[in-house]
Amino acid sequence: MSIDPKVVVETAPTPVEDGPAEQASLSRGRLVLRRFLRKRLAIAGLVVLVLLFLLAFLGPYLSPWSYEQKDFESFLSPPSAGHWFGTNQTGADLFAQTLRGMQKSLIIGLLAALIATGVAALVGASAGYFGGWVDRALMWFVDLLLVLPSFLILALLSPQFRGKSWLLFVVLLAGFAWMITSRVVRSMTLSLKEREYVEAARFMGVPAYKIILRHILPNMSSLLIVDATVNVGVAIIGEASLAFFGFGIQPPDISLGTLIAEGSVAFLTDSWLFLFPSGFLVAIVLAVNLIGDGLRDAFDPTSNASRGSH
Amino acid sequence: MLGFLLRRFANYLVLIVIATSFGYLLAASTLNPRAKYDTMQPRPPEASISQTLSNLNMNPADPKLDRLGRWAKGIVTGGDFGKTIDNKPINEEFGRRIWVSLRLLLIGTILGSVVGVAVGAYSAINQYRWSDHTITFLSFVVISIPVFVLAVALKQPAIGFNGLFGTDVLFIQGEYQAGGGGWSGAAILDRIQHLVVPTLSLALGLVAFYSRYQRATMLDVLGSDFLRTARAKGLRRRQALVKHGLRTALIPMMTFFSYQFVLMFVGAIFTEKIFGWHGMGEWFIDAIGKNDINSVGAVVFFSAILVLIAGMLADLAYAALDPRVRAN
Repeated sequence: MSIDPKVVVETAPTPVEDGPAEQASLSRGRLVLRRFLRKRLAIAGLVVLVLLFLLAFLGPYLSPWSYEQKDFESFLSPPSAGHWFGTNQTGADLFAQTLRGMQKSLIIGLLAALIATGVAALVGASAGYFGGWVDRALMWFVDLLLVLPSFLILALLSPQFRGKSWLLFVVLLAGFAWMITSRVVRSMTLSLKEREYVEAARFMGVPAYKIILRHILPNMSSLLIVDATVNVGVAIIGEASLAFFGFGIQPPDISLGTLIAEGSVAFLTDSWLFLFPSGFLVAIVLAVNLIGDGLRDAFDPTSNASRGSH
Repeated sequence: MLGFLLRRFANYLVLIVIATSFGYLLAASTLNPRAKYDTMQPRPPEASISQTLSNLNMNPADPKLDRLGRWAKGIVTGGDFGKTIDNKPINEEFGRRIWVSLRLLLIGTILGSVVGVAVGAYSAINQYRWSDHTITFLSFVVISIPVFVLAVALKQPAIGFNGLFGTDVLFIQGEYQAGGGGWSGAAILDRIQHLVVPTLSLALGLVAFYSRYQRATMLDVLGSDFLRTARAKGLRRRQALVKHGLRTALIPMMTFFSYQFVLMFVGAIFTEKIFGWHGMGEWFIDAIGKNDINSVGAVVFFSAILVLIAGMLADLAYAALDPRVRAN
């Protein structure tokens, strides 16, 4: 046991009660959930994200066109009853293509963000906590990755993805997205490890990995959650950015990025080609960001959300 | 102290050498400089292609390591980064493009950072009021719009704005009009007309981004004991918030600022491509498109140096602002 009051709350038995007042005996999970449910914007984000997921994966069954079909009777036609989002230069149905692109972008974003933030937290906290040669080695590696211009490297590598799994691309995308956060985590760890409860845990013989996972990382959960959510957006946008210049996800795979890239050329004349994929991309990223913000406030032990107001 | 600095400098040198070599070799193995000549009509004779590429030190027939060695030798002995694939000196490209990028980004970056911090701090102090909710929502909307979508989408209102006046007030292409470019009064006005829309597309994103982080760091500080102490010893709320709150909350932001300001010199790829500015970012992308190995290597070298300078700056700022780090 440590003297961290949060751990006491965490390990305390959880009586089921629904009173309006929050007490120390409420489990941390319930407390977080309860605070989260009060955030109207975050709930809205969650609802929108679920709907977008459903649309992306069930929508293709509603659409009369598949993303691979071409309608040779309507090239570049604006949105209509036959083609809800219109068609592009080759007669492909933009609704079906947008949904297909959303599937890919959603998965890319979630996977890459989890990998990136997880790596950042572990590397940063280990470097800060252990210090010495571990710190030097890890930070040297971080420095090396930081000095490599990621966009250029990914762009140079992207012809190699042709015909290979796009998962490889996700790992690379995440591989270049964690370094700065890990430096922030490291510097926060440096000051956290001097705190009394961490020292107490150390003197009591709690193993290092447990101290990092239970005492150090939870105390920067606000940073990590903000970072993870921002990273979902960063990854989706990162993929789209590479696609804007024809790098990253390669045909025959479709992502929102590849669609936006095609649409941006025609924006001033055939705006629907640009607006629909961009709109959905922004909607996904916005929903994820709102959820993250709600979680941040709900997780943050110093948050005063539980003391009235909203 | 001197030993520490020397060790650090040596380490940086190693990092730059490794990163640049990696970038150069990667470019040399994925790019094909012959492509430019293979598609020419009529196709030049084989011997002449070979000779031209050899003169540029980009002949795929030469071993990559030999080419890297020759390229590195030029840099070490004469600071010469070689030629672009169009046979122009890379050093001149640097000298021209850096300033283009800087002119494009400086105002937007300063504007975005200052306004972003102010908005974030204001938002944190007014946590859960309607102003905070509005700022939060708006900054999330802007953060969620990729810079290239924002930049492309801003063209429409800019054209509409021009329509209101019946004349071109804002320009969305290039740094100045054809034939312009000086620094006379009229030329400066022309530059400003070209700068407004790109600056807006940059600054909006930065304001949104920094206000989120600043709000988070500020909230972490607001509940702290030292702020209560500051109030208890008689400081007014505003004084305490600015002198003790904002300053402390800015410390974690210094990392972001250092990188932001130093990396300004590598340019903004999307803004430059979309608005047609011939800066570093454009070079970055065009070098890949043109299979220009030397330019890719030079860009990697340059951005590696900048990243290291930014990192050093971040550390210095930390030491200057955070007494706890200084004590160590």
